[in-house]
Amino acid sequence: MADLSNYRFTASHEWVRVDGSKATVGISDHAQAQLGDVIFLELPAVGAEVKAGAKFGAIESVKAASDLYAPVGGTVAEVNSALTERPELVNSDPYGEGWMLRLDNVSDDGGDLLDEAGYTKLVGA
Amino acid sequence: MALRTPLHDSHIAAGARMVEFGGFDMPLQYSTIREEHIAVRTRCGLFDLSHMGEVRFSGDRALDVVQRLVTNDVARLEVGGALYGVMCNEAGGIVDDVVVYREAGGYMVVINAACRPKDIAWMGDHSRDCEFEDIGDQVALLAVQGPRAVGLVSRLAAADVAELRPFHSMDTQVAGVQATVSRTGYTGEDGFELYVDSVGAPGLWDKLLDAGAAEGLIPCGLGARDTLRLEAGLRLYGQDMDENTDPYSCALGWTVKLQKGEFIGSAALTKLDSKHPPRRFVGIELQGRAIARHGQQVIAGGEPAGEVTSGTYSFTLDHSIATASLDGEVPLDAELAVDIRGTVAAATVVPLPFYRRPKGA
Repeated sequence: MADLSNYRFTASHEWVRVDGSKATVGISDHAQAQLGDVIFLELPAVGAEVKAGAKFGAIESVKAASDLYAPVGGTVAEVNSALTERPELVNSDPYGEGWMLRLDNVSDDGGDLLDEAGYTKLVGA
Repeated sequence: MALRTPLHDSHIAAGARMVEFGGFDMPLQYSTIREEHIAVRTRCGLFDLSHMGEVRFSGDRALDVVQRLVTNDVARLEVGGALYGVMCNEAGGIVDDVVVYREAGGYMVVINAACRPKDIAWMGDHSRDCEFEDIGDQVALLAVQGPRAVGLVSRLAAADVAELRPFHSMDTQVAGVQATVSRTGYTGEDGFELYVDSVGAPGLWDKLLDAGAAEGLIPCGLGARDTLRLEAGLRLYGQDMDENTDPYSCALGWTVKLQKGEFIGSAALTKLDSKHPPRRFVGIELQGRAIARHGQQVIAGGEPAGEVTSGTYSFTLDHSIATASLDGEVPLDAELAVDIRGTVAAATVVPLPFYRRPKGA
């Protein structure tokens, strides 16, 4: 099990790992398991601004399409291009290789979000 | 509470993710939809389809009654033979799609789980002077599908089931369990469907999994069943057709045999132009991986042209596929697109099925 002590979670199942003014964003293991085989990701372009709590993209599995919401605000510095050809990385390694965005200019430390224990309680795992 | 099949405990023990479908608590997947899909295309998969309903018609009037209920010509069936068809209402709309088996004493009609109460009422209203029995609770249905399915079931069966032609069945024992073995399926692969008594179903399920393990047989859920049937160009009732759809409008005109004589809906269907029905059912391929889903709008030349009936990502073809119901006036060569949650994706009409199994496989 990944060490998630630096991860913070939204009630909509995204995670964020904040490091100063930078952050990495993805979705939780619970979310990928619920979605099943991830087929397609719609992610913003580098340079786009994302707002905390606002939609930043969408994720599709065979079962369903779901919107993705930004845990914190910032500027998109990098998009995980590996997911274009291998979206299944979100299933196999949601906290590692399945990351989605790296953000710059992050002003929020994610302190209002759930920690691992709080998130685990939320999803009843 | 949702109904359970006789294999419910087996699914829970296998760690299946369960989902409500057609009033039943059914396995969606045991591993992943992709893994189960690929197993059926390359090896073999085992499905619990016991949610499907079965109705038996017997007595002297059975042929007349079933012939009036379904569009296809049941009279041409010999004992052991089966055919696919639809039941229409008086307006020619599809009440359900069914498989009819000719038995020694009558007919068994296999119906969709979600339609069961409606179908039973409909059949009951049109079964005068005919013995008619809902045997859905007594009958369990297991399917073994994939290129290795025939070899596997043949090894376990008392009779030579490999000799069965498509849409033919025989009564025999499989792994010591009495079964009607049918060369049918809903995956586009070769294989069998096994109708067994509910009581014997869990034992047969375990024996099939044990015997098939070495050949890569795995249990498969409704998720893979849906992606497999769509690749194979097969319809799903409630999604691709309903009571407002005539058979011609969902490319099932081949199941309508007007020349057999009057049946329920025949008067309405006679008035339709089978070559130019109100709707046109087509297969489409989409650029990219975004999935077109049921109800999304199809656009031709900037104008609404119809809607997506079913869509998925094809694990075999590695792109997005869908079926669509188009307005009958849309030109055959129109450039199509699908509005996928606000993003317009170009679509190309392709012949159905999307996938056809290799010859000799």
